Amino acid sequence: MIEFANLLGKLSFNQLPQDPVTAGGAATVVGGVLAVAVALTYFRRWKWLWKEWLTSLDPKRIGVMYIVVAVVMLVRAGVDALMMRAQQATSVGSSHGFLSSNHFQQIFSAHGTIMIFFVAMGLMFGLINLVMPMQIGSRDVAFPFLNSIAFWLFFSGVVLVNLSLVIGSFSAAGWLAYPPLSELRYSPGVGVDYWIWSLEVAGIGSLLSGINFLTTIITMRCKGMSLMKMPMFVWSVMGAMTLVVFAFPILTVTLTLLYLDRTFGMHFFTAGGGGNMMMYVNLIWAWGHPEVYILILPAFGVFSEVVATLSRKRLFGYTSMVWAIWAIVLLSFTVWLHHFFTMGAGADVNGFFGITTMIIAVPTGVKIFNWLFTMYRGRILLATPMWWFIGFIVLFTIGGVAGVLLAIPPVDFQLHNSLFLVAHFHTMIVSGVLFGYFAAVTYWYPKFTGFRLNERLGGYAFWCWLIGFILAFVPLYILGLMGATRRLDHYSASTGWWPLFIVAGIGAGIIAIGLATQILQVIVSIVQRKANQDNTGDPWNGRTLEWSTPSPAPFYNFAITPEVDSRDPFWAMKQARKKNEKHEPLVYQAINLPKNSAIGIYIGIFSFLIGFGAVWHILWLCIVGLIGAVSSLLVRSYTKDTERHISATELKELDHKARTNPKEGYA
Amino acid sequence: MSKNKKIKSGVIVACIIIFVSVAVWYLIHTNIPVLEPKGTIGLKERNLLLFALALSAVVVIPVFFMLFSFVWRYRESKPKGKYSPEFDHSRPIEALWWLIPSILIAILSVVTWNSSHTLDPYQPIASKTPQMTIQVVAMDWKWLFIYPKQQIASVNYVFMPINTPVDFEITSDSVMNSFWIPQLGGQIYAMPGMFSQLHLMATSQGNFSGSSANISGRGFAGMTFVAHAASEQSFLNWVKNVVKTPDHLTLSAYARLNRPSENNPVAYYSKPANNLFVGIISRYMSLNSTASGNNSHSYNSAPTTEMMQ
Repeated sequence: MIEFANLLGKLSFNQLPQDPVTAGGAATVVGGVLAVAVALTYFRRWKWLWKEWLTSLDPKRIGVMYIVVAVVMLVRAGVDALMMRAQQATSVGSSHGFLSSNHFQQIFSAHGTIMIFFVAMGLMFGLINLVMPMQIGSRDVAFPFLNSIAFWLFFSGVVLVNLSLVIGSFSAAGWLAYPPLSELRYSPGVGVDYWIWSLEVAGIGSLLSGINFLTTIITMRCKGMSLMKMPMFVWSVMGAMTLVVFAFPILTVTLTLLYLDRTFGMHFFTAGGGGNMMMYVNLIWAWGHPEVYILILPAFGVFSEVVATLSRKRLFGYTSMVWAIWAIVLLSFTVWLHHFFTMGAGADVNGFFGITTMIIAVPTGVKIFNWLFTMYRGRILLATPMWWFIGFIVLFTIGGVAGVLLAIPPVDFQLHNSLFLVAHFHTMIVSGVLFGYFAAVTYWYPKFTGFRLNERLGGYAFWCWLIGFILAFVPLYILGLMGATRRLDHYSASTGWWPLFIVAGIGAGIIAIGLATQILQVIVSIVQRKANQDNTGDPWNGRTLEWSTPSPAPFYNFAITPEVDSRDPFWAMKQARKKNEKHEPLVYQAINLPKNSAIGIYIGIFSFLIGFGAVWHILWLCIVGLIGAVSSLLVRSYTKDTERHISATELKELDHKARTNPKEGYA
Repeated sequence: MSKNKKIKSGVIVACIIIFVSVAVWYLIHTNIPVLEPKGTIGLKERNLLLFALALSAVVVIPVFFMLFSFVWRYRESKPKGKYSPEFDHSRPIEALWWLIPSILIAILSVVTWNSSHTLDPYQPIASKTPQMTIQVVAMDWKWLFIYPKQQIASVNYVFMPINTPVDFEITSDSVMNSFWIPQLGGQIYAMPGMFSQLHLMATSQGNFSGSSANISGRGFAGMTFVAHAASEQSFLNWVKNVVKTPDHLTLSAYARLNRPSENNPVAYYSKPANNLFVGIISRYMSLNSTASGNNSHSYNSAPTTEMMQ
């Protein structure tokens, strides 16, 4: 606490990396940022970046920025994963690998934190921004400026997490930082504070996004789109955002209490002094379990879109699907205790939570059967998004069985915190969330760039991911049954685990090749963009409104706001066109769209200062950040000139141009 | 299929077969503790696991069958089945897959409820042999086992007579850990200021490895111990030997042991201090102490019965 008065808080030169491995990490971060800056200067793209992207309030632009950041973070956390596997493959018996135990622990803590908060969440918010407004026939989200703030808070969180590589260190207490290990007494460095503040800042961004998207879905649907006519992706986003709104405040408060413990000597979760560490574990999972469904519901929505479109059929069991989503939403708040049956709560409590957990398998199973029956009697186009779907069903079913096993408390006693558990949740999150978002990116890519992704490389990437995944995680299931716990930086040779860790390491390597192939796929597709150009705006023979616009989608989305009277409105429109039904003449009307604003960025920067100041106990920096953020908000609140006007004739011209002369895309 | 393609797929299939056979051979010759339990609780937990796995197959097999056959039959490049683009719901079919998983889950729920009670780690194991108490303290980064009746203690080594139910009483004098001997049965958390219980019984002789399943800091990976199970007679002999150990686990010896250490070797003590275990717990329970390494005060305050539950 005393350091708060110091000008530099706890900051000093000693906090720079001291050993070669951490220095390498720091050099990569600094070098990467410098390389981007140099490239932008060399190609004279700063102004373009600022005007077209950073200050944009267009949800499509914000969506792309989310996805770009998430992909960079995927690479970073992927490297973390490779380092962990390399350590575990080499640290057996008398050999101790190349990482110290503390460094190893920082790496897995960072891997989990980044993958969940900055990869999965980033991809999710990115996709929602891109797709959801278009699917409901809207030009924008309900609160475009709030959307920008949310993105920049997310980005500040990203910066804080990665800054820990350069100055100080990251938490070594696992991705959920259970006390008392994460308390000051056992984790005296700044690592846990970095963890707390990057999640505080990003978490508030998530909450704002949740409110924004929920409001958008409720209030901004186009004419005729009743709730039961919404695309399934929109339903799943609605479910997920409801969860965000209820769950994220719990996270924010829990982290605050932990920070109070660490910084002001309070005793919410300490061992002794009246603290109760199990209260933290309860609270963090009261957020944490819904969080799993926050990530996976939109991915379920993606699969619903992909399967219906690529099977050339209506989605099977629409009403069941909607009920299944809301059953999952409700149930996801009733199962948190299954993450710690081993706390010893007693048979009644464990039995209750075991049963509620299993019940979730019912709506999830219903969804799987409905997808399968969507394919039944369809015409299935085996394009990359469909492959991701098939991979998802295979892995998700296996992971689901593992989940049912873990839901039985006495079985959980034998599997909890073992690598079996690690394999289970990776199966669910990689196949469910990541494969879902990969399918989504491939599927919607032409809509936002004007050209399709290379199919052949997409296929290679899929097979690398699938085979790599099986090799990387089937050994972990077996290792769990062999008694291998998670987070071990070293083990004895007599355990017999070594060969399996080697196989797992090879699997991780193949996944890395898959990820590299995907990056190559994007580059190759940009180079060959003329060959892959999408002139129709409807490359998949789509069913929902976004496909009715030209590709890339114009900044106003729809020149004329659509009116719908059925579930797959664009499909219906196309059927009607075939029947040569008469078109009504196009009537253009003037529209208003939000102007660019840089205030979101400023708020992001000020929030970063608050976080950084709080991590290093620099009081004046926190105050500057707080005053800056609040006054930025005030300035924006009193700005009247926030919208740009597009007249009907202008719009008509733009629309005509977009439809007859599709651009090559952003690239 | 062209000749080239045939060779290619032949090679792939051969590689998969070789890989799988090597894997199976390896797994057959490896000890998989959770699946090859040597204790009553572990055995029941294993059987429960296999039962749930079999029950899941009722759903998994149809899902896989439907997935692959539908993809094959209705693929656009070579479709075989009918095309019904408007076929989008069917009450009876949907009712079926709300119903079948519900029935399975209902069966599993009954099993879950019952097994949660019969295999409750706090539940003593029914046996003709009277149960034995071993107190377990998770420390940075080692395990201390106190035998209150035998008046001995050991570090990273626990000896238990076979076919004797053992009541492990567990706490931590540091952060949270999890006490796990996979071959004997499931784990439970070791928490500072709290008391948890785990009943296990070894049914055959052997050395079983145990560890902490919950991350606890720098030396966590080295928090392994051996659980040795042998006959009652050899247990008594062992106790006789350990009792003779000159190192008494006095409060000051305990304070020395309590200093953080990694990969701690096995150690033995005799005459553990009175109420040592209860004292360790209550140290974290007082409101005005944060148990910040202050070991000087005596361990006399016994916890209330409420706390012991």
